[in-house]
Amino acid sequence: MNYQFNFAPVINNFDQLIYGALITIQLSVGAILIGTLIAIPCAAAKTAGIKPLAWLVNVYIEVIRNTPFLVQIFFIYFSLPALGIRFDPNTAALVALSVNVGAYATEIVRAGIESINRGQVEAGKALGLKGHQIFRYIILKPALRTIYPALTSQFIYLMLTSSVVSAISATDLAAAGNNIQSATFAAFEVYLVITAMYFVLSLGFSGLFSFIGRTAFRYPLAR
Amino acid sequence: MFRTFGPNEVWYIVMAVQWTLLLSAVAFAGGAAGGIAIALARVSPIRPLRYFALAFIRVFQGTPLLMQLFLVFFGLNIFGVGINPWVAAAIALTLHASAYLGEIWRGCIEAVPSGQSEASWALGLGYRDRMSHIILPQAAKISVAPTVGFLVQLIKGTSLASIIGFVELTRAGQIINNATFQPLTVFSLVAALYFILCWPLSLWARHLEGRFAIATAR
Repeated sequence: MNYQFNFAPVINNFDQLIYGALITIQLSVGAILIGTLIAIPCAAAKTAGIKPLAWLVNVYIEVIRNTPFLVQIFFIYFSLPALGIRFDPNTAALVALSVNVGAYATEIVRAGIESINRGQVEAGKALGLKGHQIFRYIILKPALRTIYPALTSQFIYLMLTSSVVSAISATDLAAAGNNIQSATFAAFEVYLVITAMYFVLSLGFSGLFSFIGRTAFRYPLAR
Repeated sequence: MFRTFGPNEVWYIVMAVQWTLLLSAVAFAGGAAGGIAIALARVSPIRPLRYFALAFIRVFQGTPLLMQLFLVFFGLNIFGVGINPWVAAAIALTLHASAYLGEIWRGCIEAVPSGQSEASWALGLGYRDRMSHIILPQAAKISVAPTVGFLVQLIKGTSLASIIGFVELTRAGQIINNATFQPLTVFSLVAALYFILCWPLSLWARHLEGRFAIATAR
């Protein structure tokens, strides 16, 4: 092994890596928010047992969970234009990531909703709460509290998966690496630094999620 | 101007399924061997071994599979092995699977009630007998459903090997799309083939989970 490691190309182009990391964060946060907005009504429809709607949601979940993300993003970026739906690479990436995480999150939220004791809902009815109040305060919030750890590890997995969007020339962190690598040929060094950056991002996301969990899902009564 | 999308093109894509399956099988076999080692190290009485296994799992679960593929692909070149997508993909997916299966199986080993361990101590069984006759057989039963679930994730993961140039199902789809420019048909077919591979496994994993829940319900 007489390989000369050369980290100069990485250091000289570090601003590109920072820019890429910011896009990765933007895409991930955007997909997490949109994915959650997809997941809550889908999980509600599934648990409410509205037949055709629950069936549609099931098809969505099974198709997304049993095909690779790379094929999903190729479909959205290359195939949808044939139907007249066109996105630029970063928008296609956001759409693909949101649709993908929405399916996984639906199953997690559904498990949370099903974990709520029916007696709680009946107690809510007895107290005269309206349907949407029961859903929001008695079903959704405790359900989200229960599934929060599972949901956030899915979100961190999504952030790592987002590196795949570089395959359609979106401008995320992995793509910044591809650019520097093809200009300088220091491939191993570039990807080593980028892998470390993804690792730091995953630590950052997990720290942020546990902070949000502690503040958002605190029980109203002090111990 | 473009090649037409005919039976030959469909056949080319369908035949690429064998490379996806072969890569999945190699990664799963290697990952099973690595995973059992990582899981045992993770619950080992020797502290440095535990820390090594923990670090291994954290690194592979905290970084993208695509970057792991790139690092092995370009890293092999540093060791003078030369650039070979098939070898790189097999090694990277094996390491990836080792970390995930190691973590899954650690959970299964720890799910075996501690009384079983204590009883085998009381019977004077050594580490090897305790693990191979008491703990691992019970852990294996718990592990079937999550392992099948991970297999689905692994099959989907092999699609990333297409990015380093290994011709499996996804790459075959890209090649045919570049020649025929029928993206809607091509990627629908590719997605359908992955679905045919993965969906039965997902259903099976869910079935096993349900059966296990009934078996352990008290």
